[in-house]
Amino acid sequence: MKPLGTLCGIAFVLFVSDASAQTAADAFYDPEAMAAAREALKEGHGNQLNSLVIAERLEYSAADSEDAYVWEAQGWLGTDANKLWVKTEGEYVEGEGTEEAELQFLYSRAVSAFWDIQAGIRQDLEPSPSRSHLVFGAQGLAPYWFEVDSALFLSDEGKLSARLEVEYDFRLTQRLILQPRLELNFAASSDREVGIGSGFFDCVAELRLRYEIRREFAPYLGVSWGGDFNDTADLVEEAGGDPRELAVVAGFRAWF
Amino acid sequence: MQSADHLNLGRRRFLRQGAFTVAALGLNLVLPPWARSGNSASLEGMRPLTGNVFDLSVDRAPCSIDGRAGNGILVNGQLPAPLLRWREGETVTLRVTNRLPVDTSIHWHGILLPFQMDGVPGVTFPGIKPGETFIYEFPLKQAGTYWYHSHSGLQEQSGHYGPLVIEPKGADPDSADREYVILLSDWTFEDPHRVFAKLKKMPDNYNFQQRTVGEFLRDSREAGFGNTVDDRLMWGAMRMNAADIADVTGATYTYLINGHGPQDNWTGLFKPGERVRLRFINASAMSIFNVRIPGLPLTVVQADGLPVDPVETDEFQIGVAETFDVLVQPDDRAYTLMAESNDRYGYARATLAPRQGLSAEVPALRPRPTLTMKDMAMDHGEHGATDDSRMDHSGMHHGSMDHAAMGHEMDHGGGAAQQEHKHPKGPGVVGLAMNPVNRLSERPLGLQDANHRVLVYTDLRAREKNPDVRPPQRELELHLTSNMERYMWSFDGLKFSEVDGPIKLYRNERVRLTLVNDTMMPHPIHLHGMFFEVVTNEDDFKPRKHTIVVKPGEKMSVDITADAVGDWAFHCHLLYHMHAGMMRVVSVIDEPAPV
Repeated sequence: MKPLGTLCGIAFVLFVSDASAQTAADAFYDPEAMAAAREALKEGHGNQLNSLVIAERLEYSAADSEDAYVWEAQGWLGTDANKLWVKTEGEYVEGEGTEEAELQFLYSRAVSAFWDIQAGIRQDLEPSPSRSHLVFGAQGLAPYWFEVDSALFLSDEGKLSARLEVEYDFRLTQRLILQPRLELNFAASSDREVGIGSGFFDCVAELRLRYEIRREFAPYLGVSWGGDFNDTADLVEEAGGDPRELAVVAGFRAWF
Repeated sequence: MQSADHLNLGRRRFLRQGAFTVAALGLNLVLPPWARSGNSASLEGMRPLTGNVFDLSVDRAPCSIDGRAGNGILVNGQLPAPLLRWREGETVTLRVTNRLPVDTSIHWHGILLPFQMDGVPGVTFPGIKPGETFIYEFPLKQAGTYWYHSHSGLQEQSGHYGPLVIEPKGADPDSADREYVILLSDWTFEDPHRVFAKLKKMPDNYNFQQRTVGEFLRDSREAGFGNTVDDRLMWGAMRMNAADIADVTGATYTYLINGHGPQDNWTGLFKPGERVRLRFINASAMSIFNVRIPGLPLTVVQADGLPVDPVETDEFQIGVAETFDVLVQPDDRAYTLMAESNDRYGYARATLAPRQGLSAEVPALRPRPTLTMKDMAMDHGEHGATDDSRMDHSGMHHGSMDHAAMGHEMDHGGGAAQQEHKHPKGPGVVGLAMNPVNRLSERPLGLQDANHRVLVYTDLRAREKNPDVRPPQRELELHLTSNMERYMWSFDGLKFSEVDGPIKLYRNERVRLTLVNDTMMPHPIHLHGMFFEVVTNEDDFKPRKHTIVVKPGEKMSVDITADAVGDWAFHCHLLYHMHAGMMRVVSVIDEPAPV
């Protein structure tokens, strides 16, 4: 009697645990087919892989001293919580070649409703000598709809620097959008080989007016003011450059 | 040369006419007979599929939307799928053949049946494999207006839906001289998976009714500069968008009535003086409609297939998956049946006319509604469980600028208890409702200020006494949660992919399910296999529904008798919300509730 009772007990427990695993349909259909369908149902309701590729800026920049092609793009692939994030930006100066080019590979983790923390590597292809960095950053949406991208970089020369980018979209109409953008760069110590002095060394303030022909494609016109500061400004001047520069830009934003 | 030009012109004209003929023919072939415009002079003219045994085939097929060629996932090659007309008390057999290269399914929405016939892959059966024929068989225990649709992936968005009418065993209490199914839906020429992907990339990409600098200036003129700045700062501080009414809009959708776009203008004919029954079904993927027929009072007689005490109104909102049966008695003139999407960016439209070729004026779209503090569950003009918005016209623009009240309430000067949130609050959860209130007696979003009658849920009263009037033995609370910025949708902060097990109910248990909407959107919440009694009052004639729209910032309850043993899907019927994870399984276990 005792073994039978135990058996009944086990059967009862199994039945109950079956119920909690929502397997009622196994009594009517092939349990293996049901298990596969359950798994597909689960994956298909919240755990999908998503992606984005966005070229925020693909533009021609015309300034007194030089004309250049500038790019800044990023993309991600992943779930809501975990993403592989790639960022690239750079500048190709007419007549001189690529002056700046960087590439970042990051793991991005959603840590709160509006913020991701990101960690990975950054490789500067230009200027030379090229630098590699460890990256630790936070990207997201601050109150009042400011898009923020901030990061700390530790280079293979042991130099620490930081970058903060902030954007805001003013909707003039449903498709015409005025976007101010500010970028600030700081360095804990100088890295003269690549032309960076210590302290607050670089600021870019820009204004772009884009027209979203489709949400996915928007040509724009804008102005971009760039300034080098402190030691960095001296380094630029030593090299015969102008530490302050105003450019007119034209380009497009696109995503898919 | 001249004669050659003439020839060319003639040929072109011929080709153009030819194309028209083909298009017209194509349209009529794709549309099921009952949905063909203006063809039916009688009830029989709708030519539904009748009987007890039905052969349905699911396949990709061409269709025509407002004259433009599309391609859908259609049942028997028709958009919408064939009208199935059943009889209460009979047993139906449906042989469904899948001719797609992927799995499919049919879920019989609102039908009370053995759970293994409910048609939800991964919950009630494994799905229908390519090339396979699945046989559904179940007895019909009810009468009324229902519908059916795919529960696989996003197939529903591609046209895989159709109407069901079950005739009552006895005399029809709401019989009419003539009847039409009015099946509302939303069509996109984009791949539905692309639509979802775009929502994940840029959640507001379909919204072309955002607040602009222009709207700021207009509001400043009307409400004052300071108030408008305060209002924008308040929304901005929370990173919430007061203009976020619908995720997917007329920017990609063409809204359909019986498969006809606004240009196609589906027309239902009547003889003047006839009593006409309109069986409204919202088979949309994502679109909530506000429905009216200017000049014609609407007598609502059934909701979600079940009789209610007749209630006369001028406009009603129909959430996705809801059905309403409405009686009208038109005069000798044409009427426009207007179904505005709730964000007012587009509309579906049909005509009721005594003769073919007549049409009435199509009213202009009304302005986009704007969300208020109340939709955020932070407005405290009133306290207590219910209030009547018809007496509260502060709703639309200016209510949202009432900061004194907000600050006051956040300090807890008022009497309403602050809502608890015991669920996970991760990256998928924004905006917890602080003081959600029961809004069943309120008009839906955007209709607060309409200067005619508008149906509210508390207007609905079951015509027959509720079958189970036991008080609830247990109360469950479930929160509707989201983060629009990441396009994440969930219950209690957990997506379906993150949930461990089902919500367990016990056989014949009487449960009160309280839903708290922490999001800024209305959600049509649907339970398979059992009807809800919507707790609009405490008597025994609560309206019984399979789908209930929970307003933003609302806390409301439904009572459930767990009389259907098995596993059942429970979800938001906005397709992309469900796809994003706003779903659960409810398991009714075949044992009595533990004491």
